[in-house]
Amino acid sequence: MGVWIWVLVFGFVWGIGAHGLDRHPHTERISGSAGDVLEDDPVGKLKVFVYELPSKYNKKILQKDPRCLNHMFAAEIFMHRFLLSSPVRTLNPEEADWFYTPIYTTCDLTPNGLPLPFKSPRMMRSAIQLISSNWPYWNRTEGADHFFVVPHDFGACFHYQEEKAIERGILPLLQRATLVQTFGQRNHVCLNEGSITIPPYAPPQKMQAHLIPQETPRSIFVYFRGLFYDVNNDPEGGYYARGARAAVWENFKDNPLFDISTEHPTTYYEDMQRAIFCLCPLGWAPWSPRLVEAVIFGCIPVIIADDIVLPFADAIPWEEIGVFVAEEDVPNLDTILTSIPPEVILRKQRLLANPSMKQAMLFPQPAQSGDAFHQILNGLARKLPHNKNVFLKHGEKALNWTAGPVGDLKPW
Amino acid sequence: MKLSALQQSYTNRRSNSFRAAGGLDSSVDGSGKSPAAVFWLVLHGLCCLISLVLGFRFSRLVFFLFFSTASNGGTSGLYPSTPFLGTTADIAGSLSFQANSSPNLELPPNRTAGGISSSRVVVGRHGIRIRPWPHPNPDEVMKAHRIIERVQREQKLQFGIKNPRTVIVVTPTYVRTFQTLHLTGLMHSLMNVPYDLIWIVVEAGGTTNETASLLAKSGLRTIHIGFDKRMPNSWEDRHRLEAQMRLRALRIVREEKLDGIVMFGDDSNMHSMELFDEIQKVTWIGAVSVGILAHSGNTDELSSVVHKKAEEENLPPPVQGPACNSSEKLVGWHIFNSLPYVGNGATYIDDRATVLPRKLEWSGFVLNSRLLWKEAEDRPEWVKDLDKLDGVSEEIESPLSLLKDPSMVEPLGSCGRKVLLWWLRVEARTDSKFPARWIIDPPLEVTVPAKRTPWPDAPPELPSNVKEISIQEHTEKRHAKSRASRSKHSSRSKRKHESRTVDPQVSAKVSEE
Repeated sequence: MGVWIWVLVFGFVWGIGAHGLDRHPHTERISGSAGDVLEDDPVGKLKVFVYELPSKYNKKILQKDPRCLNHMFAAEIFMHRFLLSSPVRTLNPEEADWFYTPIYTTCDLTPNGLPLPFKSPRMMRSAIQLISSNWPYWNRTEGADHFFVVPHDFGACFHYQEEKAIERGILPLLQRATLVQTFGQRNHVCLNEGSITIPPYAPPQKMQAHLIPQETPRSIFVYFRGLFYDVNNDPEGGYYARGARAAVWENFKDNPLFDISTEHPTTYYEDMQRAIFCLCPLGWAPWSPRLVEAVIFGCIPVIIADDIVLPFADAIPWEEIGVFVAEEDVPNLDTILTSIPPEVILRKQRLLANPSMKQAMLFPQPAQSGDAFHQILNGLARKLPHNKNVFLKHGEKALNWTAGPVGDLKPW
Repeated sequence: MKLSALQQSYTNRRSNSFRAAGGLDSSVDGSGKSPAAVFWLVLHGLCCLISLVLGFRFSRLVFFLFFSTASNGGTSGLYPSTPFLGTTADIAGSLSFQANSSPNLELPPNRTAGGISSSRVVVGRHGIRIRPWPHPNPDEVMKAHRIIERVQREQKLQFGIKNPRTVIVVTPTYVRTFQTLHLTGLMHSLMNVPYDLIWIVVEAGGTTNETASLLAKSGLRTIHIGFDKRMPNSWEDRHRLEAQMRLRALRIVREEKLDGIVMFGDDSNMHSMELFDEIQKVTWIGAVSVGILAHSGNTDELSSVVHKKAEEENLPPPVQGPACNSSEKLVGWHIFNSLPYVGNGATYIDDRATVLPRKLEWSGFVLNSRLLWKEAEDRPEWVKDLDKLDGVSEEIESPLSLLKDPSMVEPLGSCGRKVLLWWLRVEARTDSKFPARWIIDPPLEVTVPAKRTPWPDAPPELPSNVKEISIQEHTEKRHAKSRASRSKHSSRSKRKHESRTVDPQVSAKVSEE
């Protein structure tokens, strides 16, 4: 008897599922590892307390250089603004599950607009000293229920050069905290277990302004615009992108299927919408805004970066959406791409067309449901409740406050 | 000086943008000049000197390769690149990458206390992998094209027209020299239309085998009927007869109750494929913009006046079609301004002067075939019945005569802003030198040197196949000359007309040179 009930329930659910598929003939639902988590609403699942830091850690820095609002590391600033007015914010730190420190570590820019990370460790250390002395919550857990947004190249390793970043490792004071960062690579020093990978910031209005009609036929097979050799810093090639970009160029520069070059066309966004595959190879760091652009414009991302951890990897099934090519397989890229069956390609395009997928990659102002801010909160919510041993017993110390290079210990 | 600069470029990614950072870097890192650093510096200098002497880049990593005993296991992920074609400098480069670059690679496994296993991905210089024959493979290219085709088909299914209607094309034609030319062009356009098609061809002077054999090549569903009158010689009469022929075709639509969208495809027009997509949007009667390529250019005095005027005023190419106001509603019509051509227009077929279009060409209109049916339930009341037009003695200039209320016409092609077809009437003249049935028999012997190419005085004995080619070229040259009836004189005068219209003489010029 009970069996029949189960059969009925199963049939009912399956019917709904099938009906759900038919509703959107040209999009498909994204089912992450835990179900359709992209559309979860974090409100009510967690509470975040925002520390009141003096403005020298955030507002004054932004005032000094407002370019920080437009570059690809702007997520740290927009996250702060989002949290200030979000319903998950609580003013009572006793009931908070997570603590957020609004510090803009990636806003010290060169005249060209590139952030310098040399003062960031000291800035971070000074901020942590402040919060640990003014509030008891840091010492309670030594930061295990705190989260920080560190969108720089190698996250909390605070250096743009990989060798130096690996040398430094993650800032010792942040070892127990949850890091929200753009960098993600498996078995890498600069990615802690339990970090949340986010997409780099891409300006949503700029991309919406360049949309072309959906019926424009996709006639470019593979599209890429960017450097293959970084002639200023690595003239021979081999360091930059671990030689992968150079390999793409050398193997396919005369291939008519590959529309690749180093030009800066004004129609870059429009061209992506006319392409079937968009290459997203690593550069000096494995992540790039190209992934976000490819998802927004419906172009299947071809990710050439070994061991990369993509944004919201626990919520988005990237293997079903993008194509992963090992760096050593780059010379066979054309064979790999042409041997994908057309049904698979169409399915990937349907998944990309899903609006919740596109929404999850963006940081719109003001925030909308399902966007990257909410995915971050979802990720934080999934880590709750905190493990019991997170809370340290009285007098117990887990962090070494004097670890790290001597230069980091100087006050900021 | 050079040394420090080199070192900076190696270690500091942003050196060119912010040189001071290099200094800051070392100060922050706090590492002093250890003996190892000094050693590397000296080695680097040595290698630079050697490179200067040898003439190619001799990397210090070669020392590492030679002198390091415990090589780091060749390190996963490194791969000597097969023929890295290039200069000797590249050969040195290919030597160098076999070693692992920096010694601090040993650090990661030791550093982290936690159980982070060492990454499979290695930092440092890697080889650039190039396969043995880095060129496109034709099989891959074909597969890729099939994929592109499939994707585009899917796009069309999702975003294109749902429930496309049959296109009914009405073409008046008659046998003449250029009939093959024009009709083949139209036929190929229609063969590319992705929708169902019915082609009604009305032939003046009765049906002929020539036309029928042409139509048979298309593979389209055709209705070939004859019209009893012969094509007259003057353009005025021709236009009138063509209007009657079109009405005859419309009567067939009515009798057979053909369902679809009626468009008037004159065989002398050029249609874009977008046109056929656009007309699917019509509800009852629609109008598209027609670009007019009426271009004079025979005798110098008459046409130069027109040209000078056109160039001074920078006139846009003349376009016939609907005119809209800012709220996308039809407010009027753009018609062809024949004032510049007053007195210069061609009256007879053989005239050298410009052939002018009518005020509103039939080809700019599309109708829903139900407008023409005897009893259509939802036919709007502002449409006259086709039978009533039979007894009308006055000339029927355009489908607007079918309507009681001409303001109900729907403007298509983003309200007439897109020109979807082009009008140009070109017919052979009696004095055009072209061969009958387009065959030259016997083949030409004398070769005439082109103006720009100097020919040698005594041309060497050419092999037979080359002679064939030259004959082909000449036949083409002849065709080009006769194709554009006005081109003979204009190309000689070599007037570069800066108009924005597609210039038929340009193509003729190109083929002649």
